[in-house]
Amino acid sequence: MSETTKDLYTENMIINMGPSHPVTHGTVKFLVTLDGEKIVDMKVDIGYLHRGFEKMCENSTWEQVMPFTDRLNYVSPLINNVGYALAVEKLIGIDVPERCKYIRVIACELSRIADHLTNIAASAMEMGAMTAFLYFVEAREFIWDLIESFCGARVTTNYVRIGGLKNDLPDGFKEKTLHALAEVRKFWDDVNKLLTKNRIFIDRVRNTGTMPPEEAISYGFTGPCLRASGVPYDVRKAHPYLIYDQLNFDIPVGEQGDNFDRYLVRMEEIIQSTRIVEQALEQIPKGPINICSPEYRWQPKEAVYDKIESLIFHFKTVVEGIKPPNGEIYFPIEAANGELGFYLVSNGGGKPYKCRVRPPCFPLTAAMPRMVKGGFIADIIPTFDLINMIGGECDR
Amino acid sequence: MKKSNTLKRLTEKFPNSIIETHSFRSDDTAVVKKNDIMEIFTFLRDDPDLLYNFMMDLTAVDYMGDESRFEVVYHLYSLKFNTRIRIKAKVAESECSIDSITSLWASANWFEREVYDLYGIHFNGHPDLRRILMYEDFKGHPLRKDYPIRKRQPLIGPIN
Amino acid sequence: MIADLIETIAKILFVFGINMGFFSPILGWVERKQSAVMQDRVGANRADIMGYKAIGLFHPIADAIKVMVKEDFIPDGANKIFHTLAPFISLTCSIVTFAVVPFGGQYEIFGHKVNLVIANLDVGILFVFAFASLAPYGAVLAGWSSNNNWSFLGGMRASAQMLSYEVAMGFTIIGVIMVFGSLRLTDIGMMQEDFFRWGIFLQPVGFILFLTCAIAENKRIPFDMPEAESELVAGYFTEYSGMKFVMFWMGEFLEIVTISAIVTTLFFGAWHLPFITDADLVNFFSFAGQTGSNFLAILVNVATFLMKVIFFIWLQMTIRWTLPRFRYDQVMKLGWKMILPISLINIFITAVIILV
Repeated sequence: MSETTKDLYTENMIINMGPSHPVTHGTVKFLVTLDGEKIVDMKVDIGYLHRGFEKMCENSTWEQVMPFTDRLNYVSPLINNVGYALAVEKLIGIDVPERCKYIRVIACELSRIADHLTNIAASAMEMGAMTAFLYFVEAREFIWDLIESFCGARVTTNYVRIGGLKNDLPDGFKEKTLHALAEVRKFWDDVNKLLTKNRIFIDRVRNTGTMPPEEAISYGFTGPCLRASGVPYDVRKAHPYLIYDQLNFDIPVGEQGDNFDRYLVRMEEIIQSTRIVEQALEQIPKGPINICSPEYRWQPKEAVYDKIESLIFHFKTVVEGIKPPNGEIYFPIEAANGELGFYLVSNGGGKPYKCRVRPPCFPLTAAMPRMVKGGFIADIIPTFDLINMIGGECDR
Repeated sequence: MKKSNTLKRLTEKFPNSIIETHSFRSDDTAVVKKNDIMEIFTFLRDDPDLLYNFMMDLTAVDYMGDESRFEVVYHLYSLKFNTRIRIKAKVAESECSIDSITSLWASANWFEREVYDLYGIHFNGHPDLRRILMYEDFKGHPLRKDYPIRKRQPLIGPIN
Repeated sequence: MIADLIETIAKILFVFGINMGFFSPILGWVERKQSAVMQDRVGANRADIMGYKAIGLFHPIADAIKVMVKEDFIPDGANKIFHTLAPFISLTCSIVTFAVVPFGGQYEIFGHKVNLVIANLDVGILFVFAFASLAPYGAVLAGWSSNNNWSFLGGMRASAQMLSYEVAMGFTIIGVIMVFGSLRLTDIGMMQEDFFRWGIFLQPVGFILFLTCAIAENKRIPFDMPEAESELVAGYFTEYSGMKFVMFWMGEFLEIVTISAIVTTLFFGAWHLPFITDADLVNFFSFAGQTGSNFLAILVNVATFLMKVIFFIWLQMTIRWTLPRFRYDQVMKLGWKMILPISLINIFITAVIILV
């Protein structure tokens, strides 16, 4: 090889992959230097979906931030809702009722299932397995129908409130959910058959985009990608929030940290999340869903119309916003992609002084050059898909 | 209030660098002098009793009107001991720079670029300090409190 | 003389008509509908004429109108001649191959001997290969002349992949030629009159290898590296639009038909029904008189052949919609390190068996 090509003069080819390229979904640009098919160098350029989330938050009341969080990770918006609500509740120092916690867990896990389904579906499609894509998209349809049934929207949910929820679960939700989860499992089985033991698929993802655990930690990996590298870190286990400490579920861990492990971890997490939802539905208690503390959570409409105190509270919280005490907190939750942290600073006013989101896929995207350098141009596809970079969250 | 293990060790080790510590809502926080962050972070990362091996988040806050305007905020996490700590370094507007910790954690690379982009804080020793979320021709730093929310930037055309 | 001319023209019209008029438009619909069935979807069903939708069968017509009125776009800096030439090469290569594919036996109609193949060449199978190896020029020229990096990469991949698989395909076919002892496709078809002499029984390994190579030649999933829409946008035809794009597309569909036809001819008894010889057929239809019985036998032959072709088209489509795509180096590895040695071993074993 070296003997024959020694005197051959070749030039590297620099190619713009994205932002309008099928694999980058319009949200990221790779500047790839190619030597034939091999990747010599790669520069990642993000920010195409930057909407100034933090600037908007600083100019809205604490409650007005909630719809913005839908648009962070738009594949699993409920997790962002819950994360933000929990962060503000920690800042205020309040605790929501038990039933609310259960509903939030159900919402989170349904979103997690939807997120993983979408992610695996998209990766499969980009590797040419269109059928697996449509199977999982159909499975996701069941989950989104469920989500629609309790919050009225499929993507921009805006369901969770600081100190409670927008509304309770609808009647017959348990039966509908169990049926939907059974359907999801059926599709899961089909895709498992189509991909997990498919030699072509394994060849594509095995030993590509490998990340050893030490480097994964140094790069700030969290979530499925970190667990694929063999580090069993899950916020739900490390710092249990809501009711995760009362539920029985496992954390799948990979061995090699390559794309195949990331795929396997995600597949297993779908099953674990269905387990969590089933347990939560089994144990969910009756009771209120909102805290009774009118300075933070709106009173019911009847009270607002009937009682002057409630009306005053309503007026104050709507016009000025709720007023958490002075201070700063950081609250991490396990989003579908990894640790989603909210760093909030309050100066005692009705608007956040600072509302910082720690996006889980931001460090993952930063590690793209490390993961694909030396590989083939075709390796960009599974690597980029299986880190699940979501533009809205990465660019905020 | 009883100090956590980390904060205790930190104040013992660097009595002159720590400006203050607090644990609001049990979030351990240490405010440090910005010139000593490299030693502090190396200690936090490598000390066998602390082992803060994750640099989870890096951001900044603009306290406009304060004596030292900016605070660079680091969130560390120790996988082994399952503890978290927040380190804050004060950066004055007149001397708007701080040492880069890219050599300690690879994840700091993009986070520092983001802070540079949105707050204009310079990171000394950063390998590739460019704007990341904004485009190159963007004027100003949008997350500074004196950047008006309704400000419009001139439209830029294609480069060539 | 005149009869010969009429016969040839009739056969050309028939083959051309069935390919351009039936297969190439209908396969677009078939691909959509079959993938839809596999994926729990409805598939194409919107085009309608006076409210009749005919399970989406009007879509090919709508497609045709659309592509004909679309702008034929040639990008800046493209080589206009080659950019225009490329789709023609691609389409021509896949149509011309049909000239040597037999779709029936030898019959007498009105006292005139009719051989159901357009050109009964001595080296029929080499003719197929000759045109198959011209096909990469279409892809390479398209990739190179478009002045686009993605097209260029696609063209490179296409040339490397198609050349590699040409070699492997050539070797897989040698086993077949050895057992039948002829390069003439009509002879190969004739010799498979006996069900147990079908190519699939004589050359089972050869069949699998040939089908693999043929799909790889056709650049469809799992071998669609030159197009690889998620990697190279659309590969070598990124910069094509309108009718020229459709010519690539038709070329691809016709190549599916070609592959099916050749596989049928070489391995699946060509136009023969199992256990029924051509003479049996003519005898069976003897009630229709001499010409009539021959004519009916021809119809049965052609129908049988078409059914087999359609089966293989279905098989290829199923493969297309089931598997993900390979990586470029893996395709090369498969071609050179797996298929080529196995085909060589296959030749060797075939030779030993023939000698013994």
